[in-house]
Amino acid sequence: MENRIKNLFAEKQQGLLSVYFTAGYPNLEDTVPIILELEKNGVDLIEVGMPFSDPLADGPTIQQSSEIALKNGMTIPRLFQQLQDIRKHTQIPLVLMGYLNPVMQYGVERFCQKAKEIGIDGVILPDLPLLDYVREYKSVFEENSLSKIFLVTPQTPEQRIREIDSHTNGFVYMVSSASTTGSTTGKAVANTDYFQRVSNMGLRNPGMIGFGIHNNETFAQACNHAKGAIIGSAFIKALGQEGELEQNISSFIQSIRN
Amino acid sequence: MKYAVDDNGFYGKFGGAYVPEMLYPNVEELRQNYLKIMYEPAFQEELQGLLKDYVGRPTPLYFAKRLSEKYNTKIYLKREDLNHTGAHKINNTMGQILLAKRLGKKRIIAETGAGQHGVATATVCALMGLECIVYMGEVDIERQAPNVARMKMLGATVVPAISGSRTLKDATNEAIRDWINNPENTYYIIGSVVGPHPYPDMVTRFQAVISEEMMAQLQEKEGRDYPDYVVACVGGGSNAAGAFYHYLDRPEVKLVAVEAAGMGIDSGESAATSVLGKEGVIHGSRTLLMQTEDGQVVEPYSISAGLDYPGVGPLHAHLHQSGRAIFKSITDEEALQAVLELTKLEGIIPALESAHALAALDRIGAKPDEVVVLNLSGRGDKDLATYLKRFHFDGE
Repeated sequence: MENRIKNLFAEKQQGLLSVYFTAGYPNLEDTVPIILELEKNGVDLIEVGMPFSDPLADGPTIQQSSEIALKNGMTIPRLFQQLQDIRKHTQIPLVLMGYLNPVMQYGVERFCQKAKEIGIDGVILPDLPLLDYVREYKSVFEENSLSKIFLVTPQTPEQRIREIDSHTNGFVYMVSSASTTGSTTGKAVANTDYFQRVSNMGLRNPGMIGFGIHNNETFAQACNHAKGAIIGSAFIKALGQEGELEQNISSFIQSIRN
Repeated sequence: MKYAVDDNGFYGKFGGAYVPEMLYPNVEELRQNYLKIMYEPAFQEELQGLLKDYVGRPTPLYFAKRLSEKYNTKIYLKREDLNHTGAHKINNTMGQILLAKRLGKKRIIAETGAGQHGVATATVCALMGLECIVYMGEVDIERQAPNVARMKMLGATVVPAISGSRTLKDATNEAIRDWINNPENTYYIIGSVVGPHPYPDMVTRFQAVISEEMMAQLQEKEGRDYPDYVVACVGGGSNAAGAFYHYLDRPEVKLVAVEAAGMGIDSGESAATSVLGKEGVIHGSRTLLMQTEDGQVVEPYSISAGLDYPGVGPLHAHLHQSGRAIFKSITDEEALQAVLELTKLEGIIPALESAHALAALDRIGAKPDEVVVLNLSGRGDKDLATYLKRFHFDGE
């Protein structure tokens, strides 16, 4: 079966832009319009956030968008319903990102089967540890052709990065600095030694840098050290502004790419 | 030990370390070192010295004569309420602060609900001269003003948790986020037997001094080192874990865990996790968790802020599921009555948390010649405002 993430990295070598947004924010039914608008504006990969009540790894922006999305009525079944026909409209690589508990309650196997049926390409669950994934869930993800994407950080030892690289496919999510999401201190792109160290390891998977990438400057800097970068909180802030969704999305993506 | 944690950090199917990669090195550092450091002779010598001379251990095992007459059985109270700072919490914070020092950490963070763990952490930080930051839900800051004042007086910075429901669960989230942002110089003192492995096991071991003393004290008073029942309240479950620990593998001892039913199990305002929870993951641990069918964490309710937690330690989830411990639930009203009863019969004003354990005394079926040890985890000073209001001692 075709793997859209693999194809993407084969076709495009640098400057990839991946965008994260919380499904159900700002409005419950915005999921599909946001995906289509992001594609229209030349984004390469989309991470669709599944909101959780207790997002440990996230800063205030994603916490608030999650709270609003849950109030709006977003759930995993609802999200799957919205995405049911998405492959009739776009072939952009789609990754679902969220926390383990809601996925566990839905049923991990059922979740993976449904994701495959819809045409989802990958999954990120930051609080599912590598060892537990390998022991309990890896075969289910693989049977359903889902890339399970893992995070590495500046504190992750080399041996563990290699272990993660060996169990994953798609890309390695390089967390830019010791931080929750949404930092705008600029610390995100300061850690060039770490980026270089990972880059020199010759991993099987390409690297994407995320956390704290929030404008044209930080995006460009991150792209110097990896295949591309991931933007989440800054995009969610743009979605929360007044005005039309289309306009907010296109001006934000243009501001990053130009 | 059959009920001890396994090599992967699990109690049966509960436990583990479900943390984002950002926390992996911190948790791993602790996992590799905690047992080694805890059982070094020099560490034990320092800890035992402080527990004795500073905390005031051993705490008495008091035969409650009038309470025993009332319930027609032999009831002993393990007086954790007589510890410095007024509860069992300091057994754990004293252990962890010494561990943090040996790991070279300079900055201490903690979460707190009612403020008891926050005060116990601020106390040991003052004692050791370490920086202390306590996360506390904005709602709890408003309703627990005296403990906030104590923490500030002890030199701690109290940071309001303004996310989610702004209570204990959110304070814990904020403490974990702080740890993610400060992975190298910071040590997180968790206040209960919750969180990622090795915290549940480590906190249990620091609290196990409770049952260790019980054994010696019962030997002296009853001529045998075990009771027929150990009764303790459970929120996250640290005082119960400590009171049960040395009896876990002794089936002749019945373990009774008492949860907060709040306004009643079916009222929608409850914290009885063993009844209302389903298997899930919270704060890095797979355990029983109060949640919606979509897996969103539900905000619990109890009059007692210390029992107001949507999860329960993984050890207790396992004790519940295996049937090793008996779980009871007690409403706000029943706990308040138990406060009055102990005050009048024995001259001891208990904490609201401990009162839940007391209220379960008539439900355990102890016979006249049987021995019951009830872990009186804390004193009621912190709850005086509630007592004055509910018992109308405030002149109304």
